Amino acid sequence: MALSKIDVANMLTGATPVANGGTAATTLAAAGLDKRPSSKPIIINGNMAVSQRGTSFAAVGDGVYTLDRYESAKNNDGAVTITQEALTSGNAYTDGFRTALKVDVTTADGTLAGTQRFLVQQIVEAQNLQSLKFGTANAEKLTLSFWVKATKTGTHIVRMYQYDDDRSVSIAYTVSTTNTWEKKVMNFPADTTGVIDNNNGHGIQIAWAVGAGASFQSGTLATAWAGNTSANDFVGQVNGLDSTSNNFHLTGVQLEVGEFSSATLPPFQHESFGDNLSRCQRYYYKHVDRRVSVGQSDNDMIIGKGGFNAAGQFEATVHFPVTMRTAPSLVIGNGTNYFKLYVSGTTHTFDDFQIHADHINATSLYKGGFSGIQGEAGNLVINNANAFVHFNSEL
Amino acid sequence: MFKDCTIKYNSYQGSDEDGKPKTYNCSVQIIFPNGTMKSVPMNNDNTDYQEILAWVAEGNTIAEAD
Repeated sequence: MALSKIDVANMLTGATPVANGGTAATTLAAAGLDKRPSSKPIIINGNMAVSQRGTSFAAVGDGVYTLDRYESAKNNDGAVTITQEALTSGNAYTDGFRTALKVDVTTADGTLAGTQRFLVQQIVEAQNLQSLKFGTANAEKLTLSFWVKATKTGTHIVRMYQYDDDRSVSIAYTVSTTNTWEKKVMNFPADTTGVIDNNNGHGIQIAWAVGAGASFQSGTLATAWAGNTSANDFVGQVNGLDSTSNNFHLTGVQLEVGEFSSATLPPFQHESFGDNLSRCQRYYYKHVDRRVSVGQSDNDMIIGKGGFNAAGQFEATVHFPVTMRTAPSLVIGNGTNYFKLYVSGTTHTFDDFQIHADHINATSLYKGGFSGIQGEAGNLVINNANAFVHFNSEL
Repeated sequence: MFKDCTIKYNSYQGSDEDGKPKTYNCSVQIIFPNGTMKSVPMNNDNTDYQEILAWVAEGNTIAEAD
């Protein structure tokens, strides 16, 4: 029997197939899937499953990435620890989420003065936002949904900031019950003015406030896109940093093109761990990390094979598993004899090495100072339990 | 920004168009107090390099390579 037409819409919704295919477009729209710009979610690591840098981050500073794709904006007198939290119960768990980003206040800041604040944010790459059609008459509205559990009840703010034109919009939501998972569905307006450049740079930053000082609250909440005025950013935001008993948990983040309610919101797109990891690796790639045991191969974890050039420099090539956003920085844990090189039956130990080539698909690591060795091949390996080799091309 | 960090160029000995040895700066090294080191390519799209340029614009200087 020949296949004449496959009713994809009914396959997606689980509805009874209609003879000869049915009305696919209508069914897709009913499922809320017609607005999705691509097969992949706009938000990366929305389920907080990937955390290549580690699982616990004490005294998180400003501009520090913790779980993959989530950055902290910190400027206050307190301190927080961020962890990748394993979920075992609660509404987010029963909705299919097994991990969350948890902000634990370890040093309280009872009064946030001036520009003090703590935000959890994700920056979306500009070229991934072109389907929003911002800056045109056809600009799309957005719907942001997520699960949140906070100790501090009351008004919380999410701000979207558009880098290319310094524009922003802020929407409030309410945490109704302390320390209880609640799902929020928030509608954000379209921006017919600001244009998001079509490149690999900063597109939109989505920031969840945990606390924000008076300088961010002295105006009127900017509920429509406009040139950014910091006084209008986080008006009404409760101070979630005012007690060491306070926590703020976040997971299930999804951003949809279009205006949806909790009844019409398309389902969260659960990716395989591998797909999620690959998308994160465009921005950060954990190549080798001796701090995470893999058993028998812990000793001599290989970083790369290479050879010596005429100048007595050893060079090893590393190929990235996915094309990175831009030529990445090399990030290593360095210390006395953290690395070693096997060459012709001889071992050379050293503290660090550098990046040489400036590419998005591969790079060259090099170590100089081996005068007299030329034309030999060698293996660059880990030599300390705290050593690691990562690559960073975050926004 | 970069409090208590050591920031210097990394040099690489390559060759010029005539094949003669040539040493040039190929990246910038940041050593953080916590034992982490970054080796940053001098690429304007790299946000680590953007932060270094902002730090230089504040009047700071990248140390020459060893």
